[in-house]
Amino acid sequence: MKFLAYLVSGISLGSIYAIIALGYTMVYGIAKMMNFAHGDVIMVGGYISFIAANYWGLPTVVSIVIAMLVCTMLGIVIEGLAYRPLRSAPSLAVLITAIGVSYFLQNSALLIWGANPKAYTPVVSGTLRLFQGQLSISYVSMVTVAACIIIMIALTLFTSRTRMGKAMRACSEDKGAAQLMGINVNFTISLTFAIGSALAAVAGVLLCSFSPTLMPTTGSMPGIKAFTAAVFGGIGSIPGAFLGGILLGVIESLARGYISTQLSNSIVFAVLIIILLVRPAGLLGKNVQEKV
Amino acid sequence: MKKVFAIVLAMAMVFALSATAFADGAFKIGSSGPLTGGAAIYGNAVMNAARIAIDEVNAEGGMQFEFQAQDDEADSGDKAINAYNTLLDWGMQVMIGTVTSGSGITVSAQAAEDRMFMLTPSGSSVDMIDGKDNVFQVCFTDPNQGVGSADYMAENFAGAKVAVIYRNDDAYSQGIRDTFVKEAEAKGVEVVYEGTFTNDTATDFSVQLTDAQAAGADMLFLPIYYQPASVILSQANQMGYAPTVFGVDGMDGILTLENFDTSLAEGVMLLTPFSADADDARTQAFVAEYQNRYGEVPNQFAADGYDAVYIVKAALEAAGCTPDMSFEDICEALVAVMPTITVDGITGQGMTWAASGEVSKAPMAVVIRDGAYVTP
Repeated sequence: MKFLAYLVSGISLGSIYAIIALGYTMVYGIAKMMNFAHGDVIMVGGYISFIAANYWGLPTVVSIVIAMLVCTMLGIVIEGLAYRPLRSAPSLAVLITAIGVSYFLQNSALLIWGANPKAYTPVVSGTLRLFQGQLSISYVSMVTVAACIIIMIALTLFTSRTRMGKAMRACSEDKGAAQLMGINVNFTISLTFAIGSALAAVAGVLLCSFSPTLMPTTGSMPGIKAFTAAVFGGIGSIPGAFLGGILLGVIESLARGYISTQLSNSIVFAVLIIILLVRPAGLLGKNVQEKV
Repeated sequence: MKKVFAIVLAMAMVFALSATAFADGAFKIGSSGPLTGGAAIYGNAVMNAARIAIDEVNAEGGMQFEFQAQDDEADSGDKAINAYNTLLDWGMQVMIGTVTSGSGITVSAQAAEDRMFMLTPSGSSVDMIDGKDNVFQVCFTDPNQGVGSADYMAENFAGAKVAVIYRNDDAYSQGIRDTFVKEAEAKGVEVVYEGTFTNDTATDFSVQLTDAQAAGADMLFLPIYYQPASVILSQANQMGYAPTVFGVDGMDGILTLENFDTSLAEGVMLLTPFSADADDARTQAFVAEYQNRYGEVPNQFAADGYDAVYIVKAALEAAGCTPDMSFEDICEALVAVMPTITVDGITGQGMTWAASGEVSKAPMAVVIRDGAYVTP
């Protein structure tokens, strides 16, 4: 029964990682850059929904929509101001800029909302109890898992079936050629950031419902873990991010339960190193050979 | 031209002298604590309350104090030392600080070397006072809290099965846990489970809670700060696990956490030397003034900060210090008198100190009912 309980908590934690990882992987797949500010967009999403629900008294669903809208705009603005001018710069410059944006968001949040933690009210409350209460699954976990699966399927369909999705895949393969084919590359990349940031808002709401506390650094550690999950599953691959996130959550939870609560993070990252040694492109990543 | 210059210089010197003479009328009390960051609630509480006490002392017209607070963000490295150095540059003669143990361990080592007298309102780690004759505490040391909690459980909850969840990358939490477990064994309190977490894993406690529940724990001891504690309370509630939760002074503050559902903390017990609903006149006057100035009910940290000012005053009076003395001389004088004085404060009647820096006063257990502390 303990095993099931660990598994449930691992899967719900993993689903949150997966949603965040989907955002990382989308942006990486199309813009070929690591958006390290993604974790902090999650935090902004958490704060916006907190404010909408608690200060303005709006219903939960409306607060989530507002958080998604604000984060979408934030994502587009970040991309336009910080990343677009560096489109042709070396990838190291973009990486450092992304870290800069991350700190900028954290410190802005510190200025605007202050340092004191806030207690977040979970979007859904209550728990399903099974086996005479020996196993309990919170509704938040179920919503998280469901949201994660829906988002993964929607994104897969979007990139494989729609015209915009096709444009994204084209940009991902070759930006220059895509432009020659009449695809608006800048618009496509902006759209990618918009989708990634809207996902970050959803992830923020779910993360804060799972662990009901909100601080300017709330998004940092989950952001890093989700980045790991994205690499684990094969960065750039949507099912890979999903698989990586769930596996990471389950490994973390089981490691904490059966091996040591102190070593869980070390074990997670050790697994990552081993996977990357065996499969450098990640679990579902394509091993593309670079032509010189 | 030279003459004019000489006159100007002479006048400047006279002004400078009179300025120092004026400043010499007051002791310069410095304090450092987290005014921003995750532990800001403690730092601000101490500073706010210290200001009230200092205004009261100054209004009496006898001994005069000047006060300055610096932000150390509860950091145990550069930030704490920078805050301390800023205070030294300002001319601090006595330090009421630091607020947290992490910064305190760093700063007290420096203060011991510089010979700066330090009285920490709430830095409860033994490492803060260990081996330093010039550092004293207003609050209990961590071991005291662990021992006190185990004793209280042994007396009031005989036969309880206790689970401990503590943060093992934090000296404060680890320190209390160590002495708690030792004393629990001595007193026959059964510890059935121990779970740990670190700063990086303070978001998900479902595994620890599952284990605690599976081990049959009906009491949960949380020697941690209120922010992770709020997450634990919320996640335990979601799991439908309802043990009696027992906290220490770090739990103080949970009721002022913004948007926190206080019903989650219903029945939480904690050991604290201060309760804002105590009915003695001095506590009531302090609580009223604090509410009047800052719009909230003071917590235990505020009370520690308030008492710290009066303890420093009592010690300075007993030692016969004057504001023109250097901080080294004041330090030697205060170190000599601290073990001899007895101070009545709002965190305890008849507080006395050992030469090691440890305070002796009686702890009191409070329980949270309907979002307020009451005595059980």
